[in-house]
Amino acid sequence: MTSTSPVQPAENHVAPQADHGDPARSLISRIAEGRAWLFLAGLIVCFEIWSRLAFGATFVLNPFNLQSIAIFAVAPLLLATGQTFVIISGGIDLSLGFIMGLAAVVAAHATNMAGAAIPLPLAMLAGILASVIVAGVPGVINGLLISRLKVPPFIGTLGMFGVARGAAFLLAGGTTVPVQNSWFALLGNGKFYGVPYLVIITAVFVIIMHYLLSQTRFGQHNYAIGANVQAARRSGIDIRGHILRLYVLSAMCAGLGGALYAARFTAGAAQAGEPLLLDSVAAVVIGGASLFGGSGTIFGTVAGALVIAVIQYGLVFVNVEPFWQFIAVGVVIIISVLIDQAQRRFSGARQDE
Amino acid sequence: MNNTNQNGPLLEVRNLSKHFGAVRALNDFSMAVRPGEVVALAGDNGAGKTTLIKAISGVFQPTGGEILLRGQPVTFATPQEAREKGIETIYQDLALADNLSIGANIFLGREPMRKAFGFLPVLDRKAMAAAAKETMSRLDFHVSRLEAPVSNFSGGQRQAVAIGRAVYWDAQILIMDEPTAALGVPEQRKVISLIHQLKAQGRGVIFISHNLQDIFAVSDRIVVLRRGVQAGERKISETNHDEVVKLMVGG
Repeated sequence: MTSTSPVQPAENHVAPQADHGDPARSLISRIAEGRAWLFLAGLIVCFEIWSRLAFGATFVLNPFNLQSIAIFAVAPLLLATGQTFVIISGGIDLSLGFIMGLAAVVAAHATNMAGAAIPLPLAMLAGILASVIVAGVPGVINGLLISRLKVPPFIGTLGMFGVARGAAFLLAGGTTVPVQNSWFALLGNGKFYGVPYLVIITAVFVIIMHYLLSQTRFGQHNYAIGANVQAARRSGIDIRGHILRLYVLSAMCAGLGGALYAARFTAGAAQAGEPLLLDSVAAVVIGGASLFGGSGTIFGTVAGALVIAVIQYGLVFVNVEPFWQFIAVGVVIIISVLIDQAQRRFSGARQDE
Repeated sequence: MNNTNQNGPLLEVRNLSKHFGAVRALNDFSMAVRPGEVVALAGDNGAGKTTLIKAISGVFQPTGGEILLRGQPVTFATPQEAREKGIETIYQDLALADNLSIGANIFLGREPMRKAFGFLPVLDRKAMAAAAKETMSRLDFHVSRLEAPVSNFSGGQRQAVAIGRAVYWDAQILIMDEPTAALGVPEQRKVISLIHQLKAQGRGVIFISHNLQDIFAVSDRIVVLRRGVQAGERKISETNHDEVVKLMVGG
């Protein structure tokens, strides 16, 4: 026998299927997927040490701090849940900030008007309902522009950003609209066993949105459209209808955000969501979504929103000039994207250059 | 004449024409595909291959002529209708959502649901994974990581997923547009062996390729198109590369 190869390849044998289950690789991608939670843990540890060294006081074990951070995170998180859906589909919604402002003003007006006619708790519900429905209108327009008229999401929603902004200020008469409704104020500032109602409402809402994204056809199609719109279309998915529903959904998330803002401050302000728009995008990106579409999760976005809230609140707590917040959040966004790209390179997935 | 009997063609195209204004992309073209038969479509760029498959798969409405499925005349207003009748087109690219698992891709657009806690409808991922596993093993493609996104797999494996989706939904006619063009040689062999299996399962395959080697490896017949008309039809066993090339270029 002179054969050097003990293995005899069969004539018709087809190359074995490579299985990319390399444990090292999946560890890297798992770390990359959970990076927002790691960031969050790291930040909390940093602030805890800082706080103990500087003031000899605990940061994270102080329930007041936790409450404040949670309250801080509520509004950006509500915008960011809708934004998560949109970004996964490969789009972006720049109008959310002023849709939230519009909704806050509508919530204030509607609650006041309804309060004159019906009992206060019902008036509160009417106000919330009205604000969410009114918020849906710019969502419908966004959706039609993008799905039917093929306007790029960036431009279409930028236009709606201006329209919603103007409408909100017009409706508010250029000022803030105070709410006269004790139930509404209680909703915005009351607590249940130490947990603010706002946080409870947001948590329930986020869980529903997580279900929608991860367990339903709508969510599944959203991922497919973000990855490969041609494949999704060829699979018989109604792309136009999906995109329309998508932007209505994100606008209604902002609507709820606006209503809860009006409850918290017992006033509707047109500029309510202005600084929150970019925070919402940042939360989604820190949470692990790719701006190219196709990836992201609601719980990642929750972590992203908490990272931003911890940075903002923590830096105030340790008495650093507030402008450092912007720098810190910016740095976290950049690091997050770098990790995402490194992970793509490692995981051997195809990359778009 | 062949009617709906078993030996008749699965798909027949009679005198099909497609004109774009004055341009006759396809003119009076006829061909047939029988069960378990692989028919190769060959022709230079612009010969009308793509127009033909688009007319068969419902993307274009033909200007004239008819399409018969098991002897029955059919028309497709959309690709969706063609797919429902069992004609599946597999494109070289653009076929899969890379971020989803094999099962999710097979079921894309028709996901199975189950009830969680007895009331909450949720995606039935287990059913999708099981169907994926079963389908892929029918194609002799064994994969352990059924939850991995298809971006983790190679080009040939992704092609197998696209074919698996067609097989799962019981497509009887598979139109494959350059299925081997972007693949390495071992992967090309894998796809060729997949086509042999489709044939053994009694499905009809229309196979479009520039690669004569692949055509000769897998097809029963070859139909050559030139400037929108049929330039010739040969049994693979009775022809050779030179003759096919002559038919293609009209020499």
